[in-house]
Amino acid sequence: MDAVIDDDGEHAAPLAVRCAGVEKSFTAGETAIHVLRGTDFVARAGEMTFLVGPSGCGKTTLISIIGAILSADAGTIEVLGTDIRRLRGGRLADFRLANLGFIFQQFNLLPALSATENASLPLVAAGRSTRASERAAAVLLDRLGLGSHLHKMPAQLSGGQQQRVAIARALVHGPKLVICDEPTASLDTESGRTAMELLREVALAADRGVIIVTHDTRIFGFADVIHTMSDGVIEQVSGRSAATGGVST
Amino acid sequence: MLVVALRMLFGDATKCLGLVFGVALSTLLVCQQVSIFFGLLARAASVIDDVPEVDIWVMDPAVKTIEVPYPLRDTMLQRVRGVAGVTWAVPFFKATTQVRTRRGTLDNAIMVGVDDVSLVGVPDRFLLGTVDDLALPDAIAINPAGFRLLFPGEEPDVGRELALHDRRARIVAIVDSAPAFSANLSIYTRYSLATRYTNNGRNALSFVLAKADSAAAVPAVAARIAAVTGLKAIDRRTFRGETIGYILETTGIPASFGTVVILGVLIGIAIVGLTFNQFVMENIRQYAALKAIGVRNAWLLAMTLTQAAFVATIGYGIGLAAAAGFFATAGRADALRGFYLLPDVAIGVAILAGVIVLLAVTVSLRRVFFVDPATVFRG
Repeated sequence: MDAVIDDDGEHAAPLAVRCAGVEKSFTAGETAIHVLRGTDFVARAGEMTFLVGPSGCGKTTLISIIGAILSADAGTIEVLGTDIRRLRGGRLADFRLANLGFIFQQFNLLPALSATENASLPLVAAGRSTRASERAAAVLLDRLGLGSHLHKMPAQLSGGQQQRVAIARALVHGPKLVICDEPTASLDTESGRTAMELLREVALAADRGVIIVTHDTRIFGFADVIHTMSDGVIEQVSGRSAATGGVST
Repeated sequence: MLVVALRMLFGDATKCLGLVFGVALSTLLVCQQVSIFFGLLARAASVIDDVPEVDIWVMDPAVKTIEVPYPLRDTMLQRVRGVAGVTWAVPFFKATTQVRTRRGTLDNAIMVGVDDVSLVGVPDRFLLGTVDDLALPDAIAINPAGFRLLFPGEEPDVGRELALHDRRARIVAIVDSAPAFSANLSIYTRYSLATRYTNNGRNALSFVLAKADSAAAVPAVAARIAAVTGLKAIDRRTFRGETIGYILETTGIPASFGTVVILGVLIGIAIVGLTFNQFVMENIRQYAALKAIGVRNAWLLAMTLTQAAFVATIGYGIGLAAAAGFFATAGRADALRGFYLLPDVAIGVAILAGVIVLLAVTVSLRRVFFVDPATVFRG
């Protein structure tokens, strides 16, 4: 990860993501819809970076590109120091598996697998033995307060508990960047708050960045930096973290 | 990940059972129909198979099948016997006749007349009596199914008498002949009696059965017989093939069985294809999530093939067991005797089951391959 020097001459936290001039358009029939219009975006390790804005402004497209599951039409996208536009096919998948963790709005847990089995999936996919993977997953789930629910199926868990399993799945393989899409949208206020506290406590580390796309104003207080997006560009950056170089609105 | 694939499959018990049922049904249908088809073909050649000691069958050049013989002049027997390389030659009479059962109904019977002296041409599997008993006056041997047809409710036994074209015939032996194509009742007797029992007078000789000096000499001896007599002389294997070929060409049996087999395959593909497609569609977000996490397409392919292999193996096993059960139970009936689940058919259907499942999952596999992982970010 690139380290940068802030205005005071001190080392700021390393860059987890650097996007410059990112463009992306989709075609609907003969009409091209420009979703990202030269978007610049930065996220640092050790910070919780929020990406907010109205529906249709391009938030999901941007994190899909950062998450290496959607390709940009133009621009530079460096994730954890890697120019991901140069990666193709299987190498992209390997990059995601090794470096990224995802938390989805719908959780997307496999209904036929237990909490432990779901949480261990990235390790199993990476080739670790099932037993070792599930042991690691169980430790993390216990830390997330699900020690007594390890063998329960998703259908037997509440929404908040399912989200915690999803958090465990996103973190079990030690990714350097965690990308969350509306992580509290399906949760009530209390569960959402708990999920965010756990995310801060477990996901955030000096060498790990967290990007959260959300509409949920109840959780804005957890952000270190908030990027407000509108019509495919970052319109405003605000924050409270010293690591951001003191950016504030 | 392969265990995960199976867990995903087991997690939807209804579809898992539907998939297995589809393969099992196809396997049962195809195994049963193909085995019966080959059983019928074997029946067509059963009279030939029952006399394996014969090397060469001699017949009128126009004859294409043992089912439709054309009478030869009796003198032909001596001419065949005179050909160099022929160890022995015997007359063989075969005709279809009618017998009246105890119920008063008429039924077809195959009448086989064999050499009065050597009795060559009678199957050697005697359940009651011996081949020598056929030398007795008015002696006939019949098969167990034929006995039960003539005397319903009675166990096969010797000593019973019946009238064949107003001539007395006495059952002296029960012979376990191979089930025939055109009748359930097979009657074996001496050549001289057979012509009387069927009211055939002169030129009753259906075939001449010949033995060559050695197995290696069979083609040459057959060619010499044909040259000397002007008749058709072919080895047992060739005659068997021609007889089966005749059935295939002139009856609707292949089309009928082929239709059922094709339907069985199509039903299997339809059930498995639709069910698997539904299974994939319902899990498409999970597949997308796996791809987003970083699971490669190669792993998704392996996972899908594992699910397909499981469905194919279990479905095939159940279908095969059902087919085997059918032949083990229904095969005891006289009408279905001689029909077996053939090993070659079982192997062929195993390959077919794999093809059915592969074809059925191909479309679904495409969905898995091309699912956009970004869909997981769309609420």
